[in-house]
Amino acid sequence: MGSTLFDKIWSAHVVNHIPDGPDQLYIDRHYCHEVTSPQAFAGLRSRGIGVFRPGRTVCSPDHNIPTLNQERPIADPVSRNQVETLERNARDFGLEYYGLCDPRNGIIHVIGPESGLTLPGQTIVCGDSHTSTHGALGSVAFGIGTSEVEMVLASQCIIQPRPKTMRITVKGHLRPGVTAKDLALYIITRMTTGGATGYFVEYAGEAVENLSMEGRLTLCNLSIEMGARGGLVAPDETTFEYVKGRRAAPVGEEWDKALAYWKTLKSDDDAVFDKEESLDAADIEPRITFGTNPGMGMGISECIPAAPEHNPIEAQSYRKALEYMGFREGEKLAGKKVDYVFLGSCTNGRVEDFRAFASVVKGKKKHPDITAWLVPGSHAVEKQIRDEGIDKVLEEAGFELRQPGCSACLAMNDDKIPAGKLAVSTSNRNFEGRQGPGARTVLAGPLVAASVAINGVIPETLDAQ
Amino acid sequence: MKEKFDIIESSCIPLPTENVDTDQIIPARFLKATSREGFGDNLFRDWRFTPDGSKIDSFPLNDPKYSGCVLVAGKNFGCGSSREHAAWAIHDYGFRVVISSFFADIHKQNELNCFVLPVTVSETFLQELFATVAGNPQAKVRIDLPNQTVTNLTSGRVEKFDINPYKKQCLLEGLDDVEYLLSKKSDIEKFEESRK
Repeated sequence: MGSTLFDKIWSAHVVNHIPDGPDQLYIDRHYCHEVTSPQAFAGLRSRGIGVFRPGRTVCSPDHNIPTLNQERPIADPVSRNQVETLERNARDFGLEYYGLCDPRNGIIHVIGPESGLTLPGQTIVCGDSHTSTHGALGSVAFGIGTSEVEMVLASQCIIQPRPKTMRITVKGHLRPGVTAKDLALYIITRMTTGGATGYFVEYAGEAVENLSMEGRLTLCNLSIEMGARGGLVAPDETTFEYVKGRRAAPVGEEWDKALAYWKTLKSDDDAVFDKEESLDAADIEPRITFGTNPGMGMGISECIPAAPEHNPIEAQSYRKALEYMGFREGEKLAGKKVDYVFLGSCTNGRVEDFRAFASVVKGKKKHPDITAWLVPGSHAVEKQIRDEGIDKVLEEAGFELRQPGCSACLAMNDDKIPAGKLAVSTSNRNFEGRQGPGARTVLAGPLVAASVAINGVIPETLDAQ
Repeated sequence: MKEKFDIIESSCIPLPTENVDTDQIIPARFLKATSREGFGDNLFRDWRFTPDGSKIDSFPLNDPKYSGCVLVAGKNFGCGSSREHAAWAIHDYGFRVVISSFFADIHKQNELNCFVLPVTVSETFLQELFATVAGNPQAKVRIDLPNQTVTNLTSGRVEKFDINPYKKQCLLEGLDDVEYLLSKKSDIEKFEESRK
């Protein structure tokens, strides 16, 4: 029997298997941000030990930083302390640090791939559930807790039960106007918010192969939203093309050697997955969510489904979600008035997302009732937006760019959607209060978000503009 | 944080909601601390308190008829963000055990690493326990980690629960993964050497 891509990478990193227990897994790349790491560094200090392999960890503050006036000291003293703590820890333990205003700074899941630090075949962890993003390059990447961050810093290993494997095959072609975000939201609704728990997912099929690298990053990013430990796509020419020439990517002989290895990274024809799912790309229309988890989603032209009466607790949770959102069963959301639009995050904060958004708003004007926050995922993304003149298109339509960071995705900084307001966001979570206490979030892709920003309402179709 | 586990008998606090995400357990705005302590004050913050800080009486944690160190929650508990702060908040509030029919992966691992025991039971067991506690808020459960059993002491229903032997030993003996990994340094160096 053959091996899956996941099994090949995982097995190549097992240092020890604990009998009847988890694996001791070696980690190639560790990303560190300010929110989930301070207690791990404190743990090292109290044990009196250093970082075992400092060259394998890169630190970049992203969650808790303002997206305006980054050149000035952070106004909130508690946030400032957390960012300064990361900087101090990086310095004390000899780790690479990309501080605010450093051109290498940005959301950790955006800068990893764009810098060439993330490579096919690696094991990658970060104290953040959207670490699954990096799987787009054909790596085994997943989020961990702070105790595990401390394990990686101390030993470059973590203790981890081996997940089961699932393959999701997407046949055929996505329709025009349907993005990787729509595909991901469709998959999550089909699988439900916990349906892939315990699994590591390989995305395959024609529609996935045809995605750009940035589309694959969006798709893998959202794996956690159906509970999956992570998601990955087998590396191919799109991947190699994307990686080649990036700052930290291998060069010369090292490149040739790496490439030869990367070309072996695919599931064998006779590999057996613990679970297989298959769907047809042509069935998917642009998506939105209507509830308080990313699985509560539908096509933009559809009506909110009825509560699942067969399970009273599930029905109760479902109604609680709709009550929070102020929506009703059977209601259409098309035409609903929106207050805020957020373009950004590790899900949709890359240059292709800004290109897509700009393609819709070009030559039009932002709706006067919409407050729009456009936040590039990194300084490199921001630079490219300016190099391509996308910023001018956005400005002419009445939009302005903010500085890079996680921003309103989790509203740890000042970018909070006010209580009761309805936001259409390209980020990853519509949980209660996620974008600010009392904020109501509808998740969507960048094209739908752009349509909302111009028309002030949720669209019924993307053509009718 | 590393209290050794043995047999726990306690009344429960019920939270019959599904898909409780870690943003509800501890909202992001409370993640700015640089230590592990004090997160219990903001456990379920926006379900426990109104924006002006007054208690929401109907929320089970605020209801004086419930008490105990066991939280009972609907399926897919702890989904979403990987923030270990959620497990710290649960621990800091005083819970030792969370019972649910299904846990999200990262949160489950975080609980284990913070010496909170996640006990996965069948949906039948869970629904019966919710009903038992609704009938008698002081009804008790027994969680026997050495034998991996959980008992509804009112109905007498017993179930075995799963935990990998390595983590079970860590909880019973108060052991820590970092110490274990540090003891494996030579294996790690050998592994690195073998990949060159």
